Amino acid sequence: MSIALIDYGAGNLHSVHNALKAAGAANVSVTAHPQVALTADRIVLPGVGAFGACAAGLRGIDGMVDALEQRVVREGAPFLGVCVGMQLMATRGEELGSHPGLGWIPGVVRQLIPAEDVRVPHMGWNDVIPATPHPLIERGEAYFLHSFAFEGDSVLATTNHGGPVTAAIGRDNMIGVQFHPEKSQRYGIALLERFLEWRP
Amino acid sequence: MTVRARVIPCLDVAGGRVVKGVNFVDLIDAGDPVEQARAYDAAGADELCFLDIGASHEGRGTMVDVVRRTAEVCFMPLTVGGGVRTVEDARALLLAGADKVAVNSAAVSRPELVSEIAARMGSQCVVASVDARRVADARWEVFTHGGRRETGIDAVAHALRLAEMGAGELLVTSMDRDGTRDGYDLELIRTIADQVTVPVVASGGVGNLQHLVDGITKGHASAVLAASIFHFGQSTIAEAHAALAAAGIPVRS
Repeated sequence: MSIALIDYGAGNLHSVHNALKAAGAANVSVTAHPQVALTADRIVLPGVGAFGACAAGLRGIDGMVDALEQRVVREGAPFLGVCVGMQLMATRGEELGSHPGLGWIPGVVRQLIPAEDVRVPHMGWNDVIPATPHPLIERGEAYFLHSFAFEGDSVLATTNHGGPVTAAIGRDNMIGVQFHPEKSQRYGIALLERFLEWRP
Repeated sequence: MTVRARVIPCLDVAGGRVVKGVNFVDLIDAGDPVEQARAYDAAGADELCFLDIGASHEGRGTMVDVVRRTAEVCFMPLTVGGGVRTVEDARALLLAGADKVAVNSAAVSRPELVSEIAARMGSQCVVASVDARRVADARWEVFTHGGRRETGIDAVAHALRLAEMGAGELLVTSMDRDGTRDGYDLELIRTIADQVTVPVVASGGVGNLQHLVDGITKGHASAVLAASIFHFGQSTIAEAHAALAAAGIPVRS
């Protein structure tokens, strides 16, 4: 089974790669080539930092967005987005301006608003609370590190930071998690193991 | 529950070797930062902090290699500080597997470094580290070079400015308390924490578990950093979590 880990300059690329290997993935291609994405059995999109910069980085690779659309949306290859990689699945992101996302899941990525006892960035271990049954999402504690969050449809799990905050989204063969499985010790590796075995 | 209070052991590293770290568990090479990191990963630390205390420009590559090797085997959040002077320094550490980089001296002479890193890699990965000494009643100044060199800069104002410039977290160390085991300078931590909306990490002076509790309840910190009480086996991470939980503070189960 081949995994394409999309390399568009995202900072957590190697951490996600390491964690996929720890979860048992033997054949991970770290790639910036659309051709590799088009033939991969599974696709993982990492990402940290600003939505607009990440969206521009992904679009900066000629043919990559088309390849992802083809392989994930039309052909149904299992897809996992991590952190900003998850946020990019949304319609748009409002970080330093408004930027279009991949538009796979209707929703907008907006800034978390600080309040009493609600510090931003949302940083640290917090609950993953399933909103609807899903084979990849189990209740547990994961590591979050973000200032912006998804608001929209197809929410699979939430966490609590001054109210419900989206922790996972997905439909059909695609899933995105706001938290960092590659930094969530056993909980995170177990989630990646389930992704590798997932038959949506 | 809500986001958990974090317990963060800090390892001092120089030239790629740990100079202050775990010395009670059976490590094959206690000077190897990767082995130390594994021990704390297994112990359930919420994050790990590497502080490059011998950070010279030539030594940068060594730390990047330590981070890379750590990230290959430890799937836990990692903050790396010491000698980060440019956006490229930060980027190299993040690409190697660090989740956050702490900037200290360079942000004293050039606070814009914080906004430059935040603009490129996001606020969530920039920790502004402030070393402070009390110079008068309720007044602290920034000190550099391990607390030896005064700058005349008001520490609270400096911390607030760095938060405004895009730091996603403040690591506040009392250089008066560091190494004393007398507990955090709670007034310093609280004065800063109450005026910012980003998380604050309390640092400097932990001698027992009650000090960790006080850092959260009285210092209003979101995370507590400590070194020697963990390194010398006086307390475990689990005991730290239990002490925080007993005080009604949310911690990881």
